[in-house]
Amino acid sequence: MNRITYSLNYRKPKDEYNPSDELVVCLRYFHKNSSNEKGKIIKKSTGIKCKLSDWDIDWHKNSDRFPIKDTDKLFLKKNRLLKVKAKEFKLFISNIDSSPNKDSIKLCSKVPLGPIADQWTNHKNNIRLVSPANKRLIDVIVVGTGLAGGSASATLAELGYNVKSFCFQDSPRRAHSIAAQGGINAAKNYQGDGDSTYRLFYDTVKGGDYRSRESNVYRLAEVSTNIIDQCVAQGVPFAREYGGLLDNRSFGGVLVSRTFYAKGQTGQQLLLGAYSAMNRQIARGKIKMYNRHEMLDIVKIDGKARGIITRNLINGNIESHSAHAVVIASGGYGNLFFLSTNAMGSNVSATWKIHKKGAFFANPCFTQIHPTCIPVSGDHQSKLTLMSESLRNDGRIWVPKTLEDAKSIRDGKIKPTDLSENQRDYYLERRYPAFGNLVPRDVASRAAKERCDSGYGVNKTGEAVYLDFEAAIIRYGTEKAHLKGLNENDKELVKKLGREVIKSKYGNLFQMYEKIVDENPYYTPMMIYPAVHYTMGGIWVDYNLMTTIPGCFAIGEANFSDHGANRLGASALMQGLADGYFVLPYTIGDYLADDIRTGPISTDLPEFKEAEELVMKKIKNLLGNQGSKTVDHYHKILGKIIWNKCGMSRNEKELKEAIVEIQELRDDFYKNVFVPGKNESFNEPLAKALRVADFLELGELFAKDALERTESCGGHFREESQTQEGEAMRDDKNFTFVSAWEYKGIPSDAKLHKEQLFYNNIELKTRSYK
Amino acid sequence: MQLTLKIWRQENADSKGKIVSYEISDVSPDMSFLEMMDVLNEELMIKGIDPVAFDHDCREGICGSCSMFINGEAHGPDRYVTTCQLHMRKFKDGDTIYVEPFRAKTFPVIKDLVVDRTAFDRIQHAGGFISVNTSGNTQDANSIPIEKANADKAFDAATCIGCGACVATCKNSSAMLFVSAKVSQFALLPQGEVEATDRVINMVKQMDEEGFGNCTNTGACQVECPKGISLDNIARMNRELVKAQFKK
Repeated sequence: MNRITYSLNYRKPKDEYNPSDELVVCLRYFHKNSSNEKGKIIKKSTGIKCKLSDWDIDWHKNSDRFPIKDTDKLFLKKNRLLKVKAKEFKLFISNIDSSPNKDSIKLCSKVPLGPIADQWTNHKNNIRLVSPANKRLIDVIVVGTGLAGGSASATLAELGYNVKSFCFQDSPRRAHSIAAQGGINAAKNYQGDGDSTYRLFYDTVKGGDYRSRESNVYRLAEVSTNIIDQCVAQGVPFAREYGGLLDNRSFGGVLVSRTFYAKGQTGQQLLLGAYSAMNRQIARGKIKMYNRHEMLDIVKIDGKARGIITRNLINGNIESHSAHAVVIASGGYGNLFFLSTNAMGSNVSATWKIHKKGAFFANPCFTQIHPTCIPVSGDHQSKLTLMSESLRNDGRIWVPKTLEDAKSIRDGKIKPTDLSENQRDYYLERRYPAFGNLVPRDVASRAAKERCDSGYGVNKTGEAVYLDFEAAIIRYGTEKAHLKGLNENDKELVKKLGREVIKSKYGNLFQMYEKIVDENPYYTPMMIYPAVHYTMGGIWVDYNLMTTIPGCFAIGEANFSDHGANRLGASALMQGLADGYFVLPYTIGDYLADDIRTGPISTDLPEFKEAEELVMKKIKNLLGNQGSKTVDHYHKILGKIIWNKCGMSRNEKELKEAIVEIQELRDDFYKNVFVPGKNESFNEPLAKALRVADFLELGELFAKDALERTESCGGHFREESQTQEGEAMRDDKNFTFVSAWEYKGIPSDAKLHKEQLFYNNIELKTRSYK
Repeated sequence: MQLTLKIWRQENADSKGKIVSYEISDVSPDMSFLEMMDVLNEELMIKGIDPVAFDHDCREGICGSCSMFINGEAHGPDRYVTTCQLHMRKFKDGDTIYVEPFRAKTFPVIKDLVVDRTAFDRIQHAGGFISVNTSGNTQDANSIPIEKANADKAFDAATCIGCGACVATCKNSSAMLFVSAKVSQFALLPQGEVEATDRVINMVKQMDEEGFGNCTNTGACQVECPKGISLDNIARMNRELVKAQFKK
């Protein structure tokens, strides 16, 4: 703050004023450009007026540092207001010049000035627009057709841009957003339980353990209500009450019911809504859809993103596509772990390629490990299946109290139902009496790992805990029996009634569990274990969602901005659609306003040809490799390194080992991998090899990021930074920033840039769930 | 478990395909069908044989990518599951399993078990949407109350995953269940009513142009549908179509 000064805005020589004249107070800051050592003064008017006679020239010497003297009746109010303005100004300049790291001038977050509640409206009023006639002259590429990419494509096309959409699946409807189960948050306050934009904003920032950008999160909360209106208008069949109005449910980490849902298939219904909006534009010819195409590089011309190189997954054709802007909506990189709840095809390639061409990668180590997934059953396993978080409302999580009992269960000598209440350790209820089984995802996951690492795991591999519905079945059953006037002491009857209630609430999940595990969870507790589910980290973007490559944007899970170090349930769908429907279509215009005279971009330019050749060379090298090991062999080893050494808890020693091991694995991959077939055909192993090659680079940066961040926050737990009780310990003094990595050749040589985070509307607090 | 797999191999759309037999051992009953195929492919690749191509993505029964015709049934012997959710415990040691692609004239084979289902997308382009702009300037969501029973029925129809099991199963290769699911979803909601006439006419027209067959009410599609989409939807679509033809 000390470099910001107050001054009066004199508009004529000082001696021409009378002492009773009123002048506007302004803020000044001397900004020194690190590259050329030249400086300039940045000034900002505050709008607050002060009489010359009330102005204290020596304000910086008095203890309060108040520039307006008490001779002004409103001096207290004005001075306080000035302090607030100075704080906002500080935030603004910090984006131009992040003080701890002078090289970070590129990282301008472009957060608008003013009170947080007005920022988005003001920003929309002030950014440049492209006229409808000119939109017809502009092409936009969108990579990915999930909630973010699908909704962005549809809206951009509707506005008049010519959109080219790409997905690797055989239809845009199959993007992995479709698998989201629980619901979507919106601050509608339909339940009248005191919800508001501010509360949703607050919950999201707090849930993210104070590592997200305030202004972006506030905007997200603000547009959340529009999403629901929009989706209902599109015919998305949300769950309804008997009165015909929309129903809500509650999710972890919050105290209101703000989650809209469509049974356990909310993601599917929302994605099909976005898909239908796309179909309307495809029919009009405004979207050109490219199915079964994988983006393999981005093309820059004069520093701007101007196109992409793709491979047609059916015939192997390498194609150039040009546009005036490129939007990356390719999702997260959870498949780095090999086993995750992501789809088999989900990959990091699009985001990694733009990273290599100049887009900074932010907070790669922030990964969400979801506590309730079906445990791994053997080495053959290809992916993990999530059991919705909503189950923790009624399920109690436990392991046996003694190691002997745990061993007997693993050996199949006793069944979980043989253990009485006092032989069980309900460890979440024991450790966190206030929140119990409903602690946030990161806390629940770590607690499960701690028990299993201590030898209390309950399946063959020792990596599972119980999620037990017995208590809920009896509770609901008793209620039901009472209601029906039946005998509440008849245990069998009570359980039968209770199971019916559970079935009506979670029927489809119980059925799914039974199909996969072949055990009936109505009669024996479910086994669960944490699994990788979502990545909060991603490409660094500014308030306009533009990356550090001009003209290249990143939306949805592919960017980093809204969830900090931990995401709350039902917020991913909200963010994807907010970015795609309501944010990007506005902010992209500010950039494209310069391109109305550019005209079509030719794919015959040398930049495209060079990029095509490089892609082709890489493919030829992989196919020509006389190796002996399959791509999956490497992916599995990579997954194990990341899971064991950079998973739920991390320490310096193992992270350093991981970096070396990944480098060695990558070298081995290029020497010994075997990719069958040829380029000119449907060749899944080849497509996979190209994806795994990128994961092998990302993994190293991931470990490096985790190593640099020596604090524990959200999903990132550093063993060196914990309290005596083993709880995560954040270090706000040293780590209230976004780590944005610039590619420098080898992933672990990446250069760190810091975007300082400021919390002006929420107080930084320690999360406690005790 | 030890199994014999008889798998359809076809290099590309233009070449002739045939059934090829493979032996596979050490199959765990806890594997999903696709995980068993992964193991087979790893073995084939090590032997220098081109792996079997098949579509798959989410592996939790919702994306609709997987499309195998197993022992003469779309998605295999289990009910209300897709191939990715089918587990090997449904088979016995020593079984011979036939694996073919979803067959229909409208689903040309791309390679092995991978088929081209873009005809489904084109039917959706013809009218599978409500023409509202996505600008967010819509009315409040609760200003359109919808009877719960209708909302639930619309939801049930909307759960179609577009896998194509109905077409592959139907002796006429009819896509009526798929098309009617979308028509029904919108016909049951007030938001969809405005364009109901054009929607049903255009979607049915596109369906016919693609070359899908007619419905003769055998009901096989309903049985094989992994999401349990009801035959009622076809009846509803027929009613909508007749209504629309009178209006036009």
